[in-house]
Parts: sequence; C-alpha cells; structure tokens
Amino acid sequence: MKTNDIITIKGVNKWYGDFHALNDINLTVKEGEIIVICGPSGSGKSTLIRCVNFLEKFQEGSIVVDGIKLTDNVKKIRQIRSEVSMVFQCFNLFPHLSVINNLTLAPIWVHNTTKQEANKKALSLLDRVGIKDQAYKYPNQLSGGQQQRVAIARALCTSPKIMLFDEPTSALDPEMISEVLDVMVDLSKEGITMLCVTHEMGFAKKVADRIIFMDEGQIIEQNEPNTFFNNPESDRLRLFLDQILTQ
Amino acid sequence: MSIFTPKQSRPSPKTQVGILSWTTKYLFSSKIDIALSLFAFYLLYLILPPLLDWMIFSADFSAKTNAECTREAACWFYIGEKMNLFMYGMYPLEEYWRPNLLLAITLSFAFIVRLLRFQPYKNKAALALFIIYPVVAFFLLYGNDFLGIKIVETDQWGGLMLTIVVALVGIVASFPIGIFLALGRQSRMEIIRFLSIAYIEIIRGIPLITILFMASVMLPLFFTEGINFDKLLRALIGITLFQSAYIAEVIRGGLQAVPKGQYEAADVAGLSFIQKTVFIILPQALKISIPNIVGSFIALFKDTTLVLIIGIFDMLAIAELATSDINWMGRKTEGIVFVAIVLWSLLYLMSRYSKALEGRFNTQY
Ligand SMILES: Nc1ncnc2c1ncn2[C@@H]1O[C@H](COP(=O)(O)OP(=O)(O)OP(=O)(O)O)[C@@H](O)[C@H]1O
Ligand SMILES: [Mg+2]
Repeated sequence: MKTNDIITIKGVNKWYGDFHALNDINLTVKEGEIIVICGPSGSGKSTLIRCVNFLEKFQEGSIVVDGIKLTDNVKKIRQIRSEVSMVFQCFNLFPHLSVINNLTLAPIWVHNTTKQEANKKALSLLDRVGIKDQAYKYPNQLSGGQQQRVAIARALCTSPKIMLFDEPTSALDPEMISEVLDVMVDLSKEGITMLCVTHEMGFAKKVADRIIFMDEGQIIEQNEPNTFFNNPESDRLRLFLDQILTQ
Repeated sequence: MSIFTPKQSRPSPKTQVGILSWTTKYLFSSKIDIALSLFAFYLLYLILPPLLDWMIFSADFSAKTNAECTREAACWFYIGEKMNLFMYGMYPLEEYWRPNLLLAITLSFAFIVRLLRFQPYKNKAALALFIIYPVVAFFLLYGNDFLGIKIVETDQWGGLMLTIVVALVGIVASFPIGIFLALGRQSRMEIIRFLSIAYIEIIRGIPLITILFMASVMLPLFFTEGINFDKLLRALIGITLFQSAYIAEVIRGGLQAVPKGQYEAADVAGLSFIQKTVFIILPQALKISIPNIVGSFIALFKDTTLVLIIGIFDMLAIAELATSDINWMGRKTEGIVFVAIVLWSLLYLMSRYSKALEGRFNTQY
C-alpha cells in the first residue's frame, strides 16, 4: 500500500541570478516510492533534489516533506535533514575521520544514539554494503566504489525516511559502478523513499516506480519505466533516449 | 604464439652516490649553476674565515677578566659570567628552581601527549592539561602567598625565560581568538563579519611597535586609577591583540580551502553550526594551515624582542644591559652573537617540529 504523500512540491521556481533553473515544478512522491530523475546536463536535476533538503533555496512555491513545510526556520530545516539523507556524486566523506566515525557522527550527535549502539549499527550497515573489514581505515585509503558504499552506509545510519542520490555512480570507474548499483538495488526493497538522479537506465528499468525526464528546468515527462522507455510521448525524450541508449 | 613467462622482480638500480656525483648534479650542472656556485663560494670565503676566527680560533675561552681578554676576538668568559642574567634576568637566584621546574614540566608535555595518544580519554586529558598548565605556570613563576610560594614581581623577570613566556602566552592566547575572528569573518551575520574584518584589517595595518606603545600607555587609562596595571601584562595583551589578527588570516585561508562538499555533507547529516564547525570544518582547516601557523609563530617569536622598547628585559635587552657593567666594557658584540645563536637554535627546532607535525598528520589519512 503506497498511499501517503511524503514529498509534495508545488509550483517551485528557482533562479540563479537571471537564470531560470527550475521552472514551475510540481511533483508528488508517495511513501516508499522509487523515483529516477534523468535529463540532459544542466537541466536542473541536481537543483531539484537539493531543494528537497534545502541545500538550495528557491524563490517561489512550496515543498512539504513528511508534513513539515520548508521555510527559513533553522529548526525545521534540521528536522527535515534528520529524516532525509543524501549521497553525493563525489562522496564527500569526511577525510579526517575513520570510516566508522564517518558513520557514527550524526547518530551520536544529532540523534542522541549511544556510542555502542551507533557502532553496532554502523558495523552492520558496513557489513551490508560489503566492506565491514574497512571500518577502521580512512576514506582516502579506499577505492572510489568502496568510498561511495561507505557514503551510502553513512546516509543509512540515521534511519532516514527519504534518500536522495545525486549521480552516485558518475564519478566511478566502470568496473566499480555495478558494486554501487547492487547496493542501491538491494536498498530499493527496503521501503525507503528514494529519489535518484542517474543515467543508469538499466537500474531505472529494474527498480524505478516512476521515471522523470527533465529539461531546461522543467519536468517534461514522467511515467512508469515500461511506458517511459517504450512509448515516450515527447520528441525531446525520444531524442534523449536515443542518445543515451545508443552510447 | 609465445607463452607468457612471469619475470622475477629485480632490486632497483643503485643510484649514484658519492661526493663527486652529488657536486656535479647539484652545483655544476649548467653554466649558470657553475657561476652561481662559484659566487656563493666566494661569499662564503669572504665571510666564514673571519667569523670563525673571531668566534673560535682567536677567541679567548679562559681569561677571567676583561683586561686579560683579547681585544681582537670574542671573549666568551663574559657570556659565562653573565649567563644567569641572560637566562633569568633579575629573577632571584634562590628561586631559579621555579622556572627550571616549569621548563621540565613543559618539555615532558610532549611525552605525556605521546603516551596518551591511544587512550580513549585522550581529548579530555589534553583539555584538562590545557586548562591546568597556565595556572600552574603562573603560580610557579609569579608565586602565591596562600600556597607559600614567594612572589617575584614581573619587573624582575628577564632574559630567555621572559622571551619564552612572552612568545608562549602570545601564541596560546592568540590562537583561540584567531579562530573566532576567522569564523567571524566568514559569518553570515553582518555585524559580526564587519567587526571581525575591521579588527583584522586595522590591527594588520599597525606595526607591532606602535601597538606595544599603545598597550603600555593607553591600557592603564581604561582602568580606574590606583590599580597597578602590570607592565608585562600590558605587553602580553598588546602582543596577543597583534598576533590574533595574523592567525585569523592564516586560519581563514585554511577555512576557504575546505571543499564546499564538506560543508554540504555536514549540513545534510543534520549537524548544527557549532557541531559542523568543531567536528568537520576546523580540523581540516587547521591541518591545512599548520605550516602557515608555525610560520606566523616564528615571526612572533622574533618580534617579541621588540618588548625591550617599553622597558621589558627580554634576552636582547639583557645583551644591552649587560654591557653597562664597568668590568666588562666593550663586549656588546659577544652578547648579541650569543642571543642570535640561542634564538636561531630555538626557531630552527620549532620549524623542524612543524615539519614532523605535518608528516604525522599526513600519514594519518
Ligand atoms: N550555484 C550556481 N550558480 C549559478 N548557476 C548555477 C548554479 N548551480 C547550477 N547552476 C546552473 O543551473 C542549471 C542547472 O544545474 P544542475 O546542477 O541542477 O544541473 P543538472 O541537471 O544536475 O546537470 P548535470 O547532469 O550536469 O549534473 C545549470 O545550467 C547550471 O549552470
Ligand atoms: Mg547534477
């Protein structure tokens, strides 16, 4: 049963200076839904998902996350951020903290978990992403794929309701992409709401409930995977799919 | 088709060693190199022999009075006779054990910190040491009636001891102030940012001498008359005000070098501003700034010699003072050379330590 709306985006407009980066975005995401966002470079995909946890401010419209309306209020923002985790393209692990400390920092200081509990959970998550043996290394001692799996484990450590992924595999060498995608596929069965910006169409076909195509700051088309790939409505999407699938 | 046969790994080829290959590689590898090397050798030839002759070969190490001593070269017995003055100033002889003990405590710090390295409570212990140490240092050097430690007024302090006190207090006190100023300069709150920028830019525009004069003349005006405002304390405040502006700029450079992604990752994790600053940003920013921080401290250490102009007897002032002894007229050069050697050695140690520190932070991650 996927009934509750967990993210409601209404009439969101955002400008960088004079540049209209998001143009009247409307989007509702249901609890547990897995959404893949794709589109050409510069179309506003990152900007959109970064608005959801207020890493970017927007000038018009409203976003409600799990019943909390996004405002400038610092308390509200922190409240939302404690429920929404994010995985970045270039990992953004904390280089001066060991892997395990990267994972336990937020649980201990933001969620008031005890150190033992946080450690236990961190180790079990590292086990799940297949790198328990690297727990006491520093991020720079790991490969890109391993670092990104640490980043995913770190994002999961706070038991988020929503996970945002911004091109999690595009900074990785080809042979490491699948190890990260495997973890994400595994995650998609958990019931966590996921918003993924990615160009991995295989992944999208496999797990997405809905795929969103963006261009020039607008949502051009959205559909469930089958229709999205086989019966694209707009010429723009057809062109995009041609380009991306013939690569 | 040829079959792949794995090759044995071999030891790496020996690099050429020996004086000859070293000199050809580093001193005479091109025409310009040859010219520069010869010029450098010529300068050394001009400077070194007379210097060594004055300091060592013709110098007099044994003569006990000025009259017996040679006039042509150094008379080192003079330094030996004035050694206490150079080290402790007018600090009473029978109380020398106090600065000595403090020095021993300070030096053992390095070992204590190393010993605690792997203990789970190391941060708390370090913090405790950091708070207790200045108190202990103050009671030991200045004294305390209640504890039965005889009070030695600061105008009796002097020499190397005072130089180190001024430099250490300047370093330790300016560091946290510098951090706050650097953070303030990046703050989104306009007033805080404006005040930080104004402070930093004004102080950096004024020479230390002027600040020392102002601190020694103007500070007492702010306080009710009758309170005897210690001269050394005034100098320390002046130096701390000065140094914190420079440290702030150094740390700001480090803050700017921390990638934007680190700020974002900390925000996304839900950390508060203070948590983000303390756990994520400052550790990385400070690590980046270590070489510049040490550089700035070395500059401060040298600048402390300026306190002599407001009548505080640091080591350089002692070199001047000691010449007023009628038994040892005309021995100023020896004093100044001695001070130069001591200060240079300390600064060299400091910069070696900073190198070691950088290395240690680097291997960690
Ligand atoms: N901080 C900024 N200042 C000005 N313009 C920006 C800024 N960030 C993004 N933009 C512009 O906004 C547009 C959308 O950027 P965004 O990063 O959302 O694109 P994207 O769809 O994620 O592209 P990519 O696939 O390359 O990551 C781009 O044209 C970009 O140049
Ligand atoms: Mg992007």
